[in-house]
Amino acid sequence: MGTPDAAVVAEGVHKRFGATTALAGLDLTVPAGTVYGLLGPNGAGKSTAVRVFATLTRPDEGRAVVAGHDVVREADAVRRRIGLAGQHAAVDEDLTGRENLRIFGRLFHLGGPRARRRADELLERFGLADAGDRLVRTYSGGMRRRLDLLSSLLVSPAVLFLDEPTTGLDPRSRNEIWDAVRDLVADGTTVLLTTQYLDEADQLAQHIAVIDTGRVIATGSPDRLKARIGGRIDVVLADGADLGEAARVLSAIAAEGTRPDADPERRLVSVPVGADSVTLPDVVRRLDQEGVPAVDVGLRRPTLDEVFLTLTGRPAEPADPPGTATPALAGEVSR
Amino acid sequence: MSTPAPAPLPVLRAGLADGLTVAGRNLLKLRHQPGQIVATFAFPLVSVVLFGYVFGSAIPIPGGGNYREYLMPGLFVMGTVFGLVGSLTVIAKDNGLGVMDRFRSMPMARSAVPFGQTASDLVVAAGSLAVMAGCGLLFGWRAHHGVGATLGAFGLLLLLQYAVSWVGVFLGSLVRNEETAARIAPLVMPVTMISNVFVPTEGMPTVLRVIADWNPVSAAAVACRELFGNPGLPTGDLAWPIEHPVLATVGWSALLLVIFVPLAVRRFRTAGL
Repeated sequence: MGTPDAAVVAEGVHKRFGATTALAGLDLTVPAGTVYGLLGPNGAGKSTAVRVFATLTRPDEGRAVVAGHDVVREADAVRRRIGLAGQHAAVDEDLTGRENLRIFGRLFHLGGPRARRRADELLERFGLADAGDRLVRTYSGGMRRRLDLLSSLLVSPAVLFLDEPTTGLDPRSRNEIWDAVRDLVADGTTVLLTTQYLDEADQLAQHIAVIDTGRVIATGSPDRLKARIGGRIDVVLADGADLGEAARVLSAIAAEGTRPDADPERRLVSVPVGADSVTLPDVVRRLDQEGVPAVDVGLRRPTLDEVFLTLTGRPAEPADPPGTATPALAGEVSR
Repeated sequence: MSTPAPAPLPVLRAGLADGLTVAGRNLLKLRHQPGQIVATFAFPLVSVVLFGYVFGSAIPIPGGGNYREYLMPGLFVMGTVFGLVGSLTVIAKDNGLGVMDRFRSMPMARSAVPFGQTASDLVVAAGSLAVMAGCGLLFGWRAHHGVGATLGAFGLLLLLQYAVSWVGVFLGSLVRNEETAARIAPLVMPVTMISNVFVPTEGMPTVLRVIADWNPVSAAAVACRELFGNPGLPTGDLAWPIEHPVLATVGWSALLLVIFVPLAVRRFRTAGL
């Protein structure tokens, strides 16, 4: 593969389910020791990608290497090196949190006493020690998700896959999960995180791959991705008569191939700019030099939503559609 | 804090250890659900009262004898076959919640789930048979042919139960969640009803009688009646499985195992791929 420091490498991965193409040539390189965000709307192929990497499903074409091992030919070696926490809490409702961890620990072949110790350790560290002897059935959504996360940490994984770890959680629980993830990365674990929450990727991931209809359509740091569509400078003029002059001044800093828009009603001139190509003082100085008085000058940084819109030509799904059908289902149907 | 992955275990040892862990997990789950235990054990009691006294009051046994003595072996078999619902439900629930996905992403033996499940089913079935036998004794049922034959009958029941449990595990691995499983479960009912569990098959219309006579449930019930020395053994021109009930029950069980063990193991190895 030529990239020894890559924790996950995918090359031209295809996966079809009947008539549905879930992955259509996915290429991905996840550097070791980072949090990598796989961002995309429902049905984009994020979960299928994770299922391929976690050896749950086999690619039809292409190959994937996780922690240095091929997911098809060396599935067992991969399984010893990964953790998986899904969007559905994969823990047993009819057992206590501690029993869940002990049993999973035994199945990781830690042996009884070590599985026991490890379970206690993790419950303590992630604030579930008090709830450890309660049935999971009685846990809140956030607690279940945390237990689910712990279950994937029994054996320190080289690569941890988090498939929409906070979907459906309240903000507080979401923050708890985020803190746990940051903790892990500090320990050296590589995290591949899928999410449809743009702020989640922004918060946690050093690198993002935007994925749509089964392939990666853009990669980079959150900042780089935002830079790709740059920002916008809005100038509100004192006198509407200066609109033409202001537009002339601002066209000098416009991003390549763009022109300032003038809005006479609001005495506003707005111009797209390349990221980091202009600073606000610079804009103010230019306007001053040409004698165009401005009452307000602002730089608007794009949100990842705007990035998404630019890249895919349609907005990302709303983060938490209240009272709609389960997002996962709606996504499957619409594809 | 770092816990490295242990070296891989030899395949056979891993399979056995993992199977025992899964079986232990299932039994532990049952312990947390006293309601389910009560339900498991209430079933035989309710059945004996319902079928033994309500139906039994109007059903004469050919050749005479106590209806409840005729009924008990049938209820043993019925309880055994209903065990299928238990394994079906557990596996389907694990599927629905994603527990199965976690298992499959772990370095455990994939066959551990079906083997562990059927093993714990067997333990539960033994307990449930014991309770049922206790109920039977209370209501006048007896085993008349000594310890050997009695143990033979229970052994036969457990064999059939083990085979049926594999069918349940396989079916459970096909459905996506508990709700679907719950909708399939009542289909087990006719399988146990179209048999000689409750009434002799002699009076049934020909088509139904043939089905009932070749139903493994009937063979098992006759085998138990024979081994326990209970009344109502069929006479005259008999279908082969009814004439050789013990052999037929062993044969049916073996057939189910030969078909469903490989199917289930294969299914757990390759599901979702």
